[in-house]
Amino acid sequence: MKGRDEIAQALAASGYIADAELATAISLMQLLRRPLLLEGEAGVGKTEVAKALAKVHVTELIRLQCYEGLDQSSALYEWNYQRQLLAIQAHRGTDSIEDQIFSEKYLLERPLLAAIRRAQAPVLLIDEIDRADDEFEAFLLELLSDFQVSIPELGTIPAITIPQVVLTSNGTRELSDALRRRCLYHYVDYPDVDRETRIILARIVGASPSLSLQIARMVEGVRKEELRKVPGVAETLDWAAALVGLDIRDLHDAPETVHETLICLLKTHEDRARVTPEVTQRLLGRVA
Amino acid sequence: MSCCGASPDFDDLNAVSRLISARLAAFLRTLRDAGFRIGLAEGQDAATLMSAGYAARPSLLRSAFKHLFSARKSDWDKFDGLFDAFWVGRRVRSRSRTAGLAQGASSPSLKGLQDGATEPGGKQALADQIPSSDDAPDRRGGEGRMEGASRAENLAEVDFRKLSDPDQIAQAHEAAAQLARVMRTRLTRRDLARRCGYRLDLRRTIHRNISHGGVPISLVKRQRKDKPLRLIVLLDASGSMSAYTSVFLRFIHGVLDEFHEAEAFLFHTRLAYVSDALKEKDAGRALDRLSIMAQGAGGGTKIGESLQSFNRWHAQRVIHSRSCVMIVSDGYETGDAALLGQEMAALSRRCRRIVWLNPMMAWAGYAPEARGIKAALPYVDLYAPANTLQSLRALEPYLAKL
Repeated sequence: MKGRDEIAQALAASGYIADAELATAISLMQLLRRPLLLEGEAGVGKTEVAKALAKVHVTELIRLQCYEGLDQSSALYEWNYQRQLLAIQAHRGTDSIEDQIFSEKYLLERPLLAAIRRAQAPVLLIDEIDRADDEFEAFLLELLSDFQVSIPELGTIPAITIPQVVLTSNGTRELSDALRRRCLYHYVDYPDVDRETRIILARIVGASPSLSLQIARMVEGVRKEELRKVPGVAETLDWAAALVGLDIRDLHDAPETVHETLICLLKTHEDRARVTPEVTQRLLGRVA
Repeated sequence: MSCCGASPDFDDLNAVSRLISARLAAFLRTLRDAGFRIGLAEGQDAATLMSAGYAARPSLLRSAFKHLFSARKSDWDKFDGLFDAFWVGRRVRSRSRTAGLAQGASSPSLKGLQDGATEPGGKQALADQIPSSDDAPDRRGGEGRMEGASRAENLAEVDFRKLSDPDQIAQAHEAAAQLARVMRTRLTRRDLARRCGYRLDLRRTIHRNISHGGVPISLVKRQRKDKPLRLIVLLDASGSMSAYTSVFLRFIHGVLDEFHEAEAFLFHTRLAYVSDALKEKDAGRALDRLSIMAQGAGGGTKIGESLQSFNRWHAQRVIHSRSCVMIVSDGYETGDAALLGQEMAALSRRCRRIVWLNPMMAWAGYAPEARGIKAALPYVDLYAPANTLQSLRALEPYLAKL
């Protein structure tokens, strides 16, 4: 069993700065073999967790993006109809054709099937599960407990390896209790100033420690304003990249530029109108 | 971290595990009381964790259990307090209560976190019994001896503002939440029954007809799935509505919980977006948060201005082609009535149906005289009273038809 400090270090080496709790969650995932459900606002880095996890284990990341109307044929498997038809035409009159066309050769793997058929256990990311329908969620629950797939024409396909499953949800729909109970739960919050500073340092080439700290403090201030869309970590990184690109060393040197580049953080018209130059000035005053 | 995992004697292990499991079982019971959904598998996993060395440090164990037992944000937030209270022995701060909920002053203990609103009766009834046994028959008058079903029926016809007994209020809240659930299930079933194919699904047709050598004999149509109805509730929380606000809040909480897509707004002199506050699963807590927001700043109701800000900032996001906007208000506009008319017109252009619920409508001698309601009525598709549970229930078939 890997300790959580080792996991935190390994994640940091792959570019993801995790807090101690997330590291615990990941060590539990391996110990208990349960999927991890990540919830949190958009842009706090839920998807990044899975990517970093795949990097840490040097394994493949298989991603299933959920959407309304997602069904088994695009999530699990599908027969390759075109090839099946061609085979039928080519072997017209042969008896054994039926056995042939329902073999693995004609099977198209979709993410969920692919995830249990790899020689090395991959990381399976089921992104935005709340966008999928109820029915799909129920089906997923079955897959996550048995890790086997039954295909009527082929029989049951057991898992070769059990993938590490990460689910993310934005909370646009309430998930079922059964699915929630099955998973470990972690709420990804906006990072504190210290962690955000380290994230900026790790991700943005050319950002100095003092500028990173200023940016993190400024973003913290912006988050406390009454905004419709609170900026996430992704926005912070955008803004940091913009400031570094404009060659700004200290936020106090160029208040106008700071105000203008705030469009990286404020993504609605309402929010933009609310953060006036005066508000920017006030926020800058607190950054120190 | 494998201190007691691998090698100790069988007897030792047995004694330790007995001790642990007794303590653990008590903790699980505490969590279940606090609204956590925990099954047997979680209990087993918790025991695994404890024997795998996680019990060595309280902070590590807390963090591990937090991930294992929490299922949603509200669990996540309250877990640390519960854990500390149980294992470390710290007391938990009790939270404030919504006025009118059927819950007396409770001691600031773990039990205090138990949600009074989700299970009325129970302990509360027990505590009530002795002091109030004398006056109970008087208070309930003739219906004192009636049994469950008929009492519920009665409650359905009582005007919300006449509910004074906290128990009755709790029941009304429960019924409102229940009603929201029922409305949702009916809607979904209708949708399923109404599906019909209108387009050829080429992919499935070919698949189905492989047994015919690819000649398309049996056709598969693509089935259209109806978008579920989205319900947007705008609740007037001004002083004149205060008698009704708490029941409607509970109803809205149920609606948000059960409808796939629902949004809620409160308004008095300004508009507040409250869906997030209401997403809290724990009804008591959600109502607490809301009742703070619902306190009007005083100085009347500006329906027109509130609608204007709704149209301007929120409508684009929350309204789609199958949206029903439900306004719950008495229509006493203290602002500009012309503005209200104008904004209602804008709203009606955007959404499919506007339902206006007016609790005052059922009062004897009420006529829609207020300037506000006069300006708004031309744009309203359904104008109905909503002062009893029965009248709320009567809306359901209407919503199903949308």
